[in-house]
Amino acid sequence: MTSVSVKDLSLNFGAVTVLDKLNLDIDHGEFLVLLGSSGCGKSTLLNCIAGLLDVSDGQIFIHDRNVTWEEPKDRGIGMVFQSYALYPQMTVEKNLSFGLQVARVPQAEIDKRVKRAAEILQIQPLLRRKPSELSGGQRQRVAIGRALVRDVDVFLFDEPLSNLDAKLRSELRVEIKRLHQSLKNTMIYVTHDQIEALTLADRIAVMKSGVIQQLADPMTIYNAPENLFVAGFIGSPSMNFFRGEVDARDGRSFVRADGVAFDVSAYPARTKLQPGRKVVLGVRPEHVKVDEAREGETVHQAVVDIEEPMGADNLLWLKLAGQSMSVRIAGQRRYPPGSTVRLSFDTAVASIFDAASENRL
Amino acid sequence: MTAQTRGSARPNQWLRNLNAKIASIPMILTAVVIFVGGTAWTVLYSFTNSKLLPRLSFVGFDQYERLWEAPRWIVSIQNLAVFGFFSLIFSLVIGFVLAALMDQKIRFENTFRTIMLYPFALSFIVTGLVWQWLLNPQYGIQSIMRSLGWEGFSFDPLYNSDIVIYGILIAALWQGTGLVMCLMLAGLRGIDEDIWKAARVDGISMWKTYVLIIIPMMRGVFITTLVIIASGIVKVYDLVVAQTSGGPGIASEVPAKYVYDYMFLAQNLGQGFAASTMMLVTVAIIIVPWAYLEFGGGRKRG
Amino acid sequence: MDNIATKDTAAAYGVAPGRLKSGPRGAKPRRRLSRRNIIVYGTLIVVSLYYLLPLYVMIVTSLKGMPEIRVGNIFAPPLEITFEPWVKAWAEACTGLNCDGLSRGFWNSVRITVPSVVISIAVASINGYALANWRFKGADLFFTILIIGAFIPYQVMIYPIVIVLREMGVYGTLTGLVIVHTIFGMPILTLLFRNYFAGLPEELFKAARVDGAGFWTIYFKIMLPMSLPIFVVAMILQVTGIWNDFLFGVVFTRPEYYPMTVQLNNIVNSVQGVKEYNVNMAATILTGLVPLTVYFVSGRLFVRGIAAGAVKG
Repeated sequence: MTSVSVKDLSLNFGAVTVLDKLNLDIDHGEFLVLLGSSGCGKSTLLNCIAGLLDVSDGQIFIHDRNVTWEEPKDRGIGMVFQSYALYPQMTVEKNLSFGLQVARVPQAEIDKRVKRAAEILQIQPLLRRKPSELSGGQRQRVAIGRALVRDVDVFLFDEPLSNLDAKLRSELRVEIKRLHQSLKNTMIYVTHDQIEALTLADRIAVMKSGVIQQLADPMTIYNAPENLFVAGFIGSPSMNFFRGEVDARDGRSFVRADGVAFDVSAYPARTKLQPGRKVVLGVRPEHVKVDEAREGETVHQAVVDIEEPMGADNLLWLKLAGQSMSVRIAGQRRYPPGSTVRLSFDTAVASIFDAASENRL
Repeated sequence: MTAQTRGSARPNQWLRNLNAKIASIPMILTAVVIFVGGTAWTVLYSFTNSKLLPRLSFVGFDQYERLWEAPRWIVSIQNLAVFGFFSLIFSLVIGFVLAALMDQKIRFENTFRTIMLYPFALSFIVTGLVWQWLLNPQYGIQSIMRSLGWEGFSFDPLYNSDIVIYGILIAALWQGTGLVMCLMLAGLRGIDEDIWKAARVDGISMWKTYVLIIIPMMRGVFITTLVIIASGIVKVYDLVVAQTSGGPGIASEVPAKYVYDYMFLAQNLGQGFAASTMMLVTVAIIIVPWAYLEFGGGRKRG
Repeated sequence: MDNIATKDTAAAYGVAPGRLKSGPRGAKPRRRLSRRNIIVYGTLIVVSLYYLLPLYVMIVTSLKGMPEIRVGNIFAPPLEITFEPWVKAWAEACTGLNCDGLSRGFWNSVRITVPSVVISIAVASINGYALANWRFKGADLFFTILIIGAFIPYQVMIYPIVIVLREMGVYGTLTGLVIVHTIFGMPILTLLFRNYFAGLPEELFKAARVDGAGFWTIYFKIMLPMSLPIFVVAMILQVTGIWNDFLFGVVFTRPEYYPMTVQLNNIVNSVQGVKEYNVNMAATILTGLVPLTVYFVSGRLFVRGIAAGAVKG
């Protein structure tokens, strides 16, 4: 059963098209993350769903009800903002109850809901305080509480953790996940942070220029990106790309790039890789082995350029096939700059894209 | 999908956001009826021979020809030109120098600013009357100087047709330079401290830093200030009324006073309209290039 | 080297911890009475005297008797302080029409200023809020006309306004003048409020809408409580502006409603009788007292007001 459904949604600001005939179905109880860099239209889409922006064309359904032209308050949504957007002159308690008072909910019911939300988020001791007396993390908790008291099935999050420092961000991330597990309601979550997306989402919609590039579960997004953009956007450091040509010899397939031939026989191609086709081979840094080649594997020699030890991992930057690439190895294995290494590629988990269409092959 | 039809239709565009439109009615009326309508009306009637009451009997450019033949109008325009030129120069220079002095990390900055700005809180009437008294040749500055032994000292602008406009200029500068200083100071404060540090490391002297680096960076502030002063100059009226009533004779007449006198005292509306249209043209000459520079590039404010 | 030491003198010479440890030791250069400071403070003090002089002269003149004025010089402090001129200016001075002093003008100005300030701010703040948060098609066009209109000389528009007010039956009355002040206060105030509301976080407004608050609820419950400083700035701007107005008072009211500035001008520049300079100066101070009080009490907010009104325009 779909909870939120977006049909052929378009939005123009004057001559600028921000969203163009966008379709998206979100299941009941699903945690969907809209992921993209700034200006990709993800927040715009969220604001359209919330009713804070008038759409130019298309329709929005929430619980099978057409809400395209409903007021935000009538859509059955709660929303959490990046800047928390707490009313500065009101106490936490007033902040939580403001919407209910506007809707003329009986006072007893308001008290009950506020109490419940405060319990869930553990903000009971803060109820009498003003937002200015709270820390960033506490503020965001209150902001979530404001969505909670509305007793709605759809939560919209607009980059809720972006204003917090790294430590708090990871703490609240876990809390949001726990909240979703206990409430089991639909959550639509906008972020530009891929870690948040990968850890929280049931499904991720990667967006670029107002178009959803790929909609899939996090593992699929990470391991089998649908196109070159998604492949490059997800993962840090980003996937290594080699532009080249398909070649076949002795029943094996190769991608030949600047004099280096990568054996891609193990790659589960959707269609047969035609020799001569221009392609881009993508290999994640952790899918390259250093000095661990098995018998019969193709081995490439390279010289370490820079070493970036990061504790758990160690990142090597080297040059291969005329371009810079990165390799992730275990933290205790050290290779000072200048050392020569033997690389072998796990092409079964690599990605190959058509050079022209940039789509996965 | 069991979509209901309710709410699917786009609601009436006129009724959407109705409260905001109601709240904007005063603005819309003011903009359309008063600013556009009123201006158009005045321009239109400046081509008639309206006397006591506005009448739509067109006489072409007669009123304008009469206007430019009237000695009083010519004097008004000359006065405006002299007054405008000097008050622009002096307020910008004095305002900037004072602001630069105030920006030297001085003590008592608030006190100095309070002193320099308080005349701006006073009305032109008060300003004009004070300076009328100070420039009184019998008791004022001139008599003081003479009593100090400088017998030949002569400074009686308010009674001397040749220099009366400078008497008004002194009063206007007293009233307005504080404002210019504040605007300039705000501009100076808006400049990155690192610019000063960089100039200092490079060994550029202070006044060179001001002339070569700071002033060019404050271009926007200068232009805005210029526009504010200039549009104020064109409107100057109260000050003259209070300080000299246009005298001696017609020596300190200004266009705004010409308009008022012809509209409400001489009951020659057509002349008044023609003169006010000329004022409009003057302002347009100042504003249009500025507006073009400032907003012409299609830059929009969110 | 003197002239390079412009900013941060204290920071550069005082607190450089590394230098204190390792650098050459010696007395910190004395900078209190440097040539630069003498020039800076000297100039500022002389300039301040120029600005203060008229106020001083006004006050001492108003406290002298006429005989003393005739013989003495205007800068000399009064030999014998008298408040007679103040009483006369307030209650007895003649304008050529009547002889009940400035008091009539004062109360007229109060009756003009209070409603004008309240109404113009109410209208402009709601309008600015609508423009900032509830933009509708065409709003920007009207707003642009409004801002450009602020530069049109009043003389171009006063006669059409006279006609409009006459048609409404309020020409010459206080109501008419209040309307005029509301109209001409609108560009600057609307700009002030629009910019202020637009500068508030937009998400706050969105959150309130999700909470179900409408146009008026958001204005009164969310925006107003957050905007007290800008309302004070607008009040300062309007109180001084309207109190100091002369042109509209003369054009749009009958003599019995003349505001204080018009009354003052009529008293001082009336041609009948002997010039009583002490009474004139007392009257002038009285007229300037309200805006001066606003100015000295409000301090920095006044500066903020004129800066907001001027720079952003």
